[in-house]
Amino acid sequence: MWPLVLIASVGCYALKLAGHSVSPRVLDRPRVRRIAALLPLALLAALVAVQTFGSGQTLVVDARLPGVVAAAVALVLRAPFLVVVAVAGVVAAGLRYAGLAA
Amino acid sequence: MTSDWPAERRAIIRDATGVGIAVAAYGVVFGAQGVATGLSLAQTMTLSLLMFTGASQFALVGVVGAGGTGVAAALTALMLGARNALYGLRMAPLLGVTGAKRLLAAQWTIDESTAMALAREDHTNERAVRTAFWATGGSVYVFWNLSTLLGGLGAKALGDPRTLGLDAVIPAAFLALLWPRIRGREPWAIAVLSAAVAVLLTPVLRPGLPVLATALVAIIAGMWARNTLAPLASAPIHPEESVHDEGDATPRGGSA
Repeated sequence: MWPLVLIASVGCYALKLAGHSVSPRVLDRPRVRRIAALLPLALLAALVAVQTFGSGQTLVVDARLPGVVAAAVALVLRAPFLVVVAVAGVVAAGLRYAGLAA
Repeated sequence: MTSDWPAERRAIIRDATGVGIAVAAYGVVFGAQGVATGLSLAQTMTLSLLMFTGASQFALVGVVGAGGTGVAAALTALMLGARNALYGLRMAPLLGVTGAKRLLAAQWTIDESTAMALAREDHTNERAVRTAFWATGGSVYVFWNLSTLLGGLGAKALGDPRTLGLDAVIPAAFLALLWPRIRGREPWAIAVLSAAVAVLLTPVLRPGLPVLATALVAIIAGMWARNTLAPLASAPIHPEESVHDEGDATPRGGSA
């Protein structure tokens, strides 16, 4: 785990430093800019989906799904971050405790 | 704006402190997730101290927790961190620092510090831009790391993550990070498409790779889409509704 932690950390720092060091012409192109803006969107959406349904290489519907749906409702209601994640945890744990979901 | 600089300076530092406190909420969750996923407290803290870019940290832990390879986890973190390079590009001429200060400025170049600095770019007083950057970067760095420590220590005291619903907290945290970015039709389409691609690929590819594959969705969309994204400078500052570190071309001053 340490090599991953260190290499990924140094790599993320190198990206930050590159922005401060590289000539603007290299990075400051509309296409590069758009892709950099869209990457977090695509990756975060994928992470939501995989962390909700994925279990290794299988797809399952369990207590995580109602938890995430509840979190989405909290977001629509403009709840702060801690409330959003707490709602997800409480709903999932509650359904499991009540035996209503795996 | 040079007339009442001390008052403006105080206001900037007050705002920066507020952003730091808002970020701490995410830090606690990250610290808890890191330790619950199986990273040691030292490894979790190293990510906050050294990587210091929230979405990448959450992603690394998420991919590891899902059983993904180290390479997939690292690549996902790096791709999420790529936007910081663009922030640096934007901030470098405004800060005008060299040597050790530039190395520190790079580390503190994140969504929040960039958003807070660019929000003051129209001021004639360039001190405001620089003060906002340094104050926000420093505040977020301190609060992010303290809260990571707190969350990590807390998670050690907890039991089975599933009993507590922590496995539902992880996608909920990603959803909260995603939420402010999906304003408008194009972002929604890309988010839904990416989620669908990741789910469809999950049974086919090794863990970690389906998420990584959706980078292609962003790349293809970025190559072809019209330039409908907001410019880097349009940065509304509402720490209470912003999100940890995920910037994009429109940082909004939320969390690390």
